[in-house]
Amino acid sequence: MTQRPVSSPQRAVPRPASRGKRPVRGGPAGGRPPGPLARLGRQADVRNLSLLGVLAILVAVGGVTEPDTFLAGSNLQLVLTQASIIGVVTVGMTFVIAGGGIDLSVGAIVALASVWATTVATQEYGFTGILFTAVVVGVGCGLVNGVLVAYGGMVPFIATLAMLASARGLALQITDGRTQIVTVDAVLDMGTPGAYVLGIPPLVLVFGAVTALGWLLLNRTTFGRRTLAVGGNAEAARLAGIDIRRQRLHLYVLSGLCCGIAAFLLIILSGSGQNTNGNLYELDAIAAVIIGGTLLTGGRGTIVGSVLGVLIFTTITNIFALNNLQSDVQQIAKGAIIVAAVLLQHRTLRRTGGG
Amino acid sequence: MPFPLGFLVVPMSVPSHRAGDTVRSPLLTMSDIIKAFPGVRALDGVTLQVQAGEVHCLLGQNGAGKSTLIKVLAGAHRPDSGTVIWRGEEVVLRSPIAAMRLGIATIYQELDLVEGLSVAENVFLGHERTAAGFVIRRRDTRVAAAELLRRLGHEEIDASRAVGELPAAQRQIVSMARALSHDVRLIVMDEPSAALDPDETENLFRIVRELTADGVAVVYISHRLEEIRRIGDRVTVLKNGRSVAGGLAVEETPDREIIALMTGREIEHVFPGRSAPRQSAPTVLRTRGLAREGEFAPLDLELRAGEIVGLAGLAGLVGSGRSEILETIYGARRPSAGEVSVDGRRLRPGSVRSAVAAGLGLAPEERKAQGLFQLESVTRNVSVSTLSRFARLGWSDRRGERVATKAVTRELSLRPDDPDVLIRTLSGGNQQKAVLARWLLRDCRVLLLDEPTRGVDVGARAELYGVIRRLADAGLAVLLVSSELPEVLGLADRVLVLREGRVVDAAPAPDLDENRVLDLLMAAHADTTPPGTEPS
Repeated sequence: MTQRPVSSPQRAVPRPASRGKRPVRGGPAGGRPPGPLARLGRQADVRNLSLLGVLAILVAVGGVTEPDTFLAGSNLQLVLTQASIIGVVTVGMTFVIAGGGIDLSVGAIVALASVWATTVATQEYGFTGILFTAVVVGVGCGLVNGVLVAYGGMVPFIATLAMLASARGLALQITDGRTQIVTVDAVLDMGTPGAYVLGIPPLVLVFGAVTALGWLLLNRTTFGRRTLAVGGNAEAARLAGIDIRRQRLHLYVLSGLCCGIAAFLLIILSGSGQNTNGNLYELDAIAAVIIGGTLLTGGRGTIVGSVLGVLIFTTITNIFALNNLQSDVQQIAKGAIIVAAVLLQHRTLRRTGGG
Repeated sequence: MPFPLGFLVVPMSVPSHRAGDTVRSPLLTMSDIIKAFPGVRALDGVTLQVQAGEVHCLLGQNGAGKSTLIKVLAGAHRPDSGTVIWRGEEVVLRSPIAAMRLGIATIYQELDLVEGLSVAENVFLGHERTAAGFVIRRRDTRVAAAELLRRLGHEEIDASRAVGELPAAQRQIVSMARALSHDVRLIVMDEPSAALDPDETENLFRIVRELTADGVAVVYISHRLEEIRRIGDRVTVLKNGRSVAGGLAVEETPDREIIALMTGREIEHVFPGRSAPRQSAPTVLRTRGLAREGEFAPLDLELRAGEIVGLAGLAGLVGSGRSEILETIYGARRPSAGEVSVDGRRLRPGSVRSAVAAGLGLAPEERKAQGLFQLESVTRNVSVSTLSRFARLGWSDRRGERVATKAVTRELSLRPDDPDVLIRTLSGGNQQKAVLARWLLRDCRVLLLDEPTRGVDVGARAELYGVIRRLADAGLAVLLVSSELPEVLGLADRVLVLREGRVVDAAPAPDLDENRVLDLLMAAHADTTPPGTEPS
C-alpha cells in the first residue's frame, strides 16, 4: 500500500511534456532513423527487389528469343505505353485493396468514361472537354461506389460488381455498340511521336506522374497512413479517431479518378471510344496489386510493387506476342505467375512471423 | 487544450470562498448509463465518478460491463441513456475523436494497434504530425514517439519497427505511449498489467504515479486485487451491468468486501428445491488425474446421473481454471495428463467428436462466439449437432428437423415458441435454452455448463435454474461453472472450490456457505493460508 498526497489544484495541470504537444526534440538515443542497411532489409524492399529480379529475367528471355525486335527502342516504348493505362488503374486499385476493399468496376468505369468523353457533343469542347468528361465520369462512378460501401454498408465486392454491370450497360447504351472515332487533333497528336518528350510518350509520362503521386500519397501523407490503418484494423482505426467511412469513400473516389485518367489515355492511344474498352481490367489490376505484395485483406500496400506487377504482366504479353504465341498460352502463364507469387509471399510472411 | 481557460470556468459553479476546493468537484461524472445490445443489457444503470489526480479502480467479473463502460467513455459506444458530466458540463461523447478532444484517452487490451504500421505511426495514428495538414513529418513523428517511449522507460523499443513484430508487453507500452501522445486529463487503462511481468508492472505503477501527480486521473481496470491495493485510491464495483458500489476508498475497504460485492452476496434468486440425494445412481462421468500444465492440477471427479456439481472460483481474479477444466473434459483442449471416461469407457483425449459421441454437451462461456450461429434460425441452431439424424442420403428432412426441435424447445419453454425465428433476436436466457436444446436433441448424458447465466437478465435466471434442475431430475449429470457464488451454492448438489486450478474443498452444497467459500478463495491473496478452516 502506498501513500500519496492528495493532488492540489496547482498540480492538476499536466506537465507540458506529458501533454504531448511538443516533446523534446532529439532525445538521447531511440530517435535515430534506421540506417540504410536496416532499411534495405525491410520486407517490402526485399519483395520489390525480387519482383525486379523477375522482370530482369523476363527482359533477358525477351532479349534472347527475339534479340532484334524486343530490345528495340520502339518496342520498349510500346511496352511502357501499353502498361501505362492498366498501370494508372492499378495505382488506384492499390489504395482500395490496401484499405481493405476491392473495386471490380474499374474496367467498366474506363469503358463508360471513354465513351462518354468521345460522344459528338463532348468532342465539340475539344481537348479539355474530353479530359474533363473522362475524369468527372470516373470520379462520379467512384463516388457512387464509395457511398454504397462506406455509408450504405454494402460489401465492396457486391457494390462494385453492381457498378461493373451498370457502367458497362450505360456505355453500350451511349454508343449503341459503335466505335466513336475521335476527331480532335489536339488529342490525337498526343499519341504521335511528335509529342514525345525526350523519346518518352506522353502516356508513359502520365503513368510515371501518377505512380509518383500515388507513392507520395500512400507513404508520406496522413491519407496513406489512414488507408493502411483502416485496411489493417478498422476497429483500431475507429478507436484512434479516424473517420473510417469517409476514408473508405475517398478510396473509391480515388480509384474512380484513376479510371478516368486511364480512360483519357486509352482515348489518346486508340483514337476512339468503345463500350468494350477496359475489358477485364479489374482482373489485371487486382492480379498486379497482389503479386506486387499488397495484402488482399488490407493493411499493407506498395505502389512500387503494383507497378512492377503491371510491368511484368505487360512484358510477358509482349514477349508472347513477339514469339507468335497464342493468347491462351499467355493466360495460362499469367495464372501460374499469380499462384507462384502468392505462394512465395505466404512463405515470406511465415518466415518473418507476420507483419 | 486551453487548460487555463477551463480552469477558470470550474470555480464559478462553486462558492468563491471555497475556490481552493475546486479539485473536489469531480472531473467526470457518469450517471445512470444504460446500454443494451440485442439480447442483453450490457449496462443497466452505471454511475461512475472520478476526481482529478486519483487512481480510480474499476472492478467486476468478466461480463460485468467494464469493457462496455469504458467504450462508452471513449466515445466508441453511444449509450442508450444516461448523462456524462465532464468538468462541470454535460457532454455527449459522440465519437472517439470527441472523447480525445476532451482529454480522455483509452488504453485497450491490444485491440487498438494496427500491426502493419510502425510504432511511431501507431502512436500518432489519427493525429499525425504533419506539415501543410497532410504531409507526414516522419522524422518528427519518430523522434516524438521515441521521446514518449523514453518517458515510459522503454527507450529500447525501436519507433520505426512494425508493431506486428513486437511482443505483447511492448505493444502494451506502445498503447500507453499513444494515450500519452494526446493532451490527456483522464486515462482509462484496461487491464494494463495483464501482459506485463512484475518488473514491467512496477514501471507501470511508476508511470501511473507520475500521471496522477500531474493531476491526470486514471481509471484502472484490473482483476488483481493486490495491484488495486498498491496504487488505487478509490474503487467502483460493477456487477451484471450495474454499479453495486461507487467510489469506495480503497484503504478503508477490505478485500473481502470487494470480492463479496463482485460475486454478489445478497440472495437475489429463487433456486429450485433439491431432489433427494441419489447415492444409488450410476456414475456417468469420471475424470482421473485430468490436468493441463499451467492451468489446473490433476483432478479426480465423479458425476452421477441426476446430480448437479458446481465448480466455484473467481473468474480471472485468481485464475481458477474452471473453464479450462470444462473445455478439457469436452476435448476442446488436450489434457497434459489423466483421462476422462463416460459410463466407464475412456474418451479419446483432445477429441470433441469422441466426447460428443459419448453423450457430452457443452454450453460455452462465450455463447455468442462459441455457441451460436447468429444468422440462423432457432431450428438450425438446435439441430446442428444432430444433422445426420435428419438426413436421408444427404438430403435434410426439414420437416422432421422442425418438429423435433419444437418438441425440445417446448420442453424448455423457449420463447417465442417459433422454431423459425432468428436466434439473435432472442433474449440471452432463451438463447441459452437453445444451446441446451441442442444437447437434449442429441440425448446427451452429461451437460457441461460454463457460466450459464452470463448475459441473462437477472429476472430470467430463476426460470433457467428451474430448467437445469428439471434436466438433472430427468437423469442428466450437470457440471456447472459460475462466477456467482450464490448461483453455485444455490443450484448445485455438490460443490468443488477451486483456487489456482486446485480443488481446495469439496462438500455438499448445503454444508457450505458463502463466508466459508470466500475464506477459501481469499487465501490465494493473503499468500499465506488462512488460520485453518474452522472445524465443522
